[in-house]
Amino acid sequence: MSPLLSGRPSRLIGVAVGLALIALAVYASITLGMVTISWQSLTDAYSRFDGSNQQLVIRDVRVPRALIAAAVGTSLGMSGALIQALTRNPLADVGILGINNGASLFVVAAVSLLSVSSLSQYVWFAFAGAAVSGIFVYWLGSIGRNGLTPVKITLAGAAIGALASSFTHTLLLLNERTMQEVLFWLAGSVEGRKLELLVQVLPYLAIGWVVALIVAGPLHTLTLGEDVATGLGQRTVLVKLVTGLVIVVLAGSSVSVAGPILFVGLVTPHIARHLVGSNTRWVVLYSAMLGAILLLAADLAARFVAMPKEVPIGVMTALIGTPFFLYTARKGNFRK
Amino acid sequence: MKKYIPFRMTRFPLSFLLDRRTAVVTGILLLLTFAAMVISLGSGTKVISPWNVIKVLFGFGSGADELIVNKLRMPRILVGVMVGSSLAVAGAILQGMIRNPLASPDIIGITGGASVTAVVFLSTFTGASIHLLPLAAFCGAFVVTLGIYLLAWKSGVSPVRLVLIGVGIGTTMSALTTLSITTMSEFVTNKALIWMTGSIYGASWKNVLALLPWTVLFLPLSLIFARNINLQMLGDDVAAGAGSRVQRDRLLLLFICVALAGSAVAFGGAIGFVGLIAPHMARKLVGPSFGGLLPVTALLGSFIVVVADWLGRTAFPPLDLPVGLFTSLIGAPFFIYLLVKERNQ
Repeated sequence: MSPLLSGRPSRLIGVAVGLALIALAVYASITLGMVTISWQSLTDAYSRFDGSNQQLVIRDVRVPRALIAAAVGTSLGMSGALIQALTRNPLADVGILGINNGASLFVVAAVSLLSVSSLSQYVWFAFAGAAVSGIFVYWLGSIGRNGLTPVKITLAGAAIGALASSFTHTLLLLNERTMQEVLFWLAGSVEGRKLELLVQVLPYLAIGWVVALIVAGPLHTLTLGEDVATGLGQRTVLVKLVTGLVIVVLAGSSVSVAGPILFVGLVTPHIARHLVGSNTRWVVLYSAMLGAILLLAADLAARFVAMPKEVPIGVMTALIGTPFFLYTARKGNFRK
Repeated sequence: MKKYIPFRMTRFPLSFLLDRRTAVVTGILLLLTFAAMVISLGSGTKVISPWNVIKVLFGFGSGADELIVNKLRMPRILVGVMVGSSLAVAGAILQGMIRNPLASPDIIGITGGASVTAVVFLSTFTGASIHLLPLAAFCGAFVVTLGIYLLAWKSGVSPVRLVLIGVGIGTTMSALTTLSITTMSEFVTNKALIWMTGSIYGASWKNVLALLPWTVLFLPLSLIFARNINLQMLGDDVAAGAGSRVQRDRLLLLFICVALAGSAVAFGGAIGFVGLIAPHMARKLVGPSFGGLLPVTALLGSFIVVVADWLGRTAFPPLDLPVGLFTSLIGAPFFIYLLVKERNQ
């Protein structure tokens, strides 16, 4: 299947269109909802702040929500593209491979055992959890005769994910105070998060984004096969290590800000490959933009599907992602 | 001394080789499980000595002891025995069928299906009788597994597709479960979390009788089909070459799995890791051939659940902790240890 956008110029135009779409989606996310907000009042909220309810809503609810959705979506899309390239598995995703569950477990453990209470401290535990579970899954998946296969790593991810979530449930059960604090976060949502939270993880995210784009080139060589990459003079261990670190940073910060959100990282690389072919560098870039657009759109849809109640964003992404996963799993001819 | 003892019946067309080692291991495990049951029956707020427990079991106990043992503690422990063996055997069958040691009912979506319906049942039908909960969970397990099977069907079901689809559906199910937990009231949340950790608290004789037919029917059935699992382990081509109808057998085995795991989950909740580790331990003890593996797996499963439940009841009185907590706490590290060891071999 030839990609829709072949050639450098059309791809660059695609990037411009993508950025414009993100801007549009952010604007829509800020202005649409229970209360519709005009462009005028949006600019007023920042230039002529008078403390009215509407302006407070804009500054404390709508804008943070839109920006967090955009940043988290970008990170999830990128980490999905990287993890699929690294494991050479079209079904990989931080949710499927249990990395989200690992991050959640560490956060819940920190809250209940170490009495960590602020969302801003969650981020370190989320990093640690994502790293530990990621290493475990990768290692478990590559044990055995024919190394890393999609089925093995998927099963390893599911096993580690089940392990982590059974511990999480246990901790929640033993400690009701924790339950109240953490449950809202566990569902995965971009709503009701403060902007400071995003500002706090933004440096990590930014570094992660840049490194992801840099490492995507060598990673593309690695997708040709370990032997080929080594033959071409690549230090494969270094590339794998950097990629792993970037995935951990991106997934960990996303989870600490928004809780576990499923399937965004699974879907976007597939759409990206459809658009730009298999060049990992372009796929990573496009996945990032698509991730932001997808999450913003899902968040918008979550507001309007069951007005006046909100559907949790995790339901929306699961609704989009599951059919996609099933289609890919049925279509794929996997090495056994 | 020969390794096998041959059994032949003169009247019925039935003959098999009994592995000496398997027989010995099975015997020891039977004794261990029985001992665990007796100890568990004896401990609690009122401690009864093992000897008195055995007297009650054979009908010579005092009135008070008999009430406590037979009415209060026995049903719970029997449910534990049945739930444990069912989960373990379901796990063993799946691991053989999928040819991967990481498969188990909680990983390929069977338990996930049960969880969703159980949690939705708890949150929407708050007024309904709690006795309907097992039914809801059982239906969920069946429907979701049927869905997984149909989605994995593409001129036959391959183990690979079954796993991938199962994991995908399982992930979605657990997302739905978490979401419905977060949106429900605090009181129900606690109930749902206990159910999801797995607990046989408050099991009654009614539960025992409801669970019994499933266990009694499907455990022997799985033994009869043990040779089909052995064939499935060799791969589709070899199995077909050896005269097995691979797809039909696979569907049958999956059906046995769901019946066992679904009924177990319905009464015990999502007890984790029993289905994963019991078969591993059994393989270490008696080797991978399913004829001897299944009884040993079943006994190990029962033993684990009875001991975990006993710990849950007595470790931190007056708290009655869910059995699933202990199976996970013991099972998870043990599982990792097994994997590490397998790697080094």
